[in-house]
Amino acid sequence: MKEARKLGAVQIGFSGGEPLVRKDCVELIGTANDLGFYCNLITSALPLTEKKIEECKEAGIKHIQISFQGSDKKTNAKFGGTDSFEHKLAMTKAVIDHEIPLGLNFVLHRQNIHQVTDFLMMAENLGAEFVELANTQYYAWALHNRDKLLPSQQQLVEAENATNRFRDQHKGNMNAIFVAPDYYEKRPKKCSAGWGTTFITVTPEGDVLPCQSAKIITGLEFPNVKNDSLNNIWEKSDLFNRFRGTSWMTEPCKSCPEKEQDLGGCRCQAFMLTGDAYATDPICDKSPQHDIIEKAIESAQTDKEESQPLYFRNTQNSKKLAVMEENS
Amino acid sequence: MIDFDTNKFHVNPNYRLQFEEAQQCHVLLYPEGLVKLSDTAVEILTRCQKPIHKLTLIEDLQRDYPDAETLASDVSEFLEHAAKESWLVIAED
Ligand code: SF4
Repeated sequence: MKEARKLGAVQIGFSGGEPLVRKDCVELIGTANDLGFYCNLITSALPLTEKKIEECKEAGIKHIQISFQGSDKKTNAKFGGTDSFEHKLAMTKAVIDHEIPLGLNFVLHRQNIHQVTDFLMMAENLGAEFVELANTQYYAWALHNRDKLLPSQQQLVEAENATNRFRDQHKGNMNAIFVAPDYYEKRPKKCSAGWGTTFITVTPEGDVLPCQSAKIITGLEFPNVKNDSLNNIWEKSDLFNRFRGTSWMTEPCKSCPEKEQDLGGCRCQAFMLTGDAYATDPICDKSPQHDIIEKAIESAQTDKEESQPLYFRNTQNSKKLAVMEENS
Repeated sequence: MIDFDTNKFHVNPNYRLQFEEAQQCHVLLYPEGLVKLSDTAVEILTRCQKPIHKLTLIEDLQRDYPDAETLASDVSEFLEHAAKESWLVIAED
């Protein structure tokens, strides 16, 4: 953390998995705060208690983000993998009562996207100031279940309209933003604001990543803070320079006039969908492999609910999924 | 919203005002973002770390910058902006 401060980092986010399973999480927050970081905690709220919230506040936490998978007990349990809804609600309320700025995150997909209005109501009743209605990104678990989770264009439009309607009718202090899945865009998003431009992720083992999901790209070597300084890793490592800027690009990105705007899109997504981390992100309609996206949308629309069961996210399945990914 | 004629105010306790070595400037940090502050903004906001009233603030500044002619109106304008951005909040007594 000291090295990151020296590099000029001002924001720190403790995330996971679940950061609070670490016994020293509060201590880490305290140290980060003393170093001058603005401390953010990204939690499921499951391990939170009134006491923990007080400890976090005492240690200097400035912002807590809690995600919900559904706006009622049943949906939340189905997609969150635990029966936690009431506890999450109580803890969300407690965070607000302790006057810690709270961001609520609602993870959207086809099976809960109709609950947008309910969720906004719930957030407003709780007194939340900031709500993000973010469609899931089709990585790991969601990619595996994409046929069951990708909403149709129609559903997206409806959900976005519902958000706008809510905003118009409730002119309160709550700020709600809607993030559509990039599958319906013509241009990809930058890889976490640009590979090696803004973010640095350090795993509990000390591995350093340009974004949280970079480990899914095979063939990369991850430097470790136990062997090298963060400064060296950021400036000199092969990993951070590999997809920095535009010189690594292949066609069509290489000669594209828009290459500075999206930097060719997300490297993880390119790798997951095409098998080549250097490829144009297939979200882009200039990508020769854009048909992957079109087919995914088509396949999700024709998916019959009975055809194949949704693969739930629980500990057991997570382990199985990890093994499957390692073998694939 | 702060009423600058009556309320005392201070920097939002959930924000963080500090000097950044690496950037060589003062910044104000808030959830998932930051603003780099101009020298004028720093002069004003550092005086608002503790509850203060607008008139006291202007007096203070005028004492340190006797030659600044439009100071009172500049400060008022800045305070309005700072309140809108939630950089400043009402001080509870
Ligand atoms: S071809 Fe590449 S650089 Fe051009 S718009 Fe598409 S992703 Fe961006």
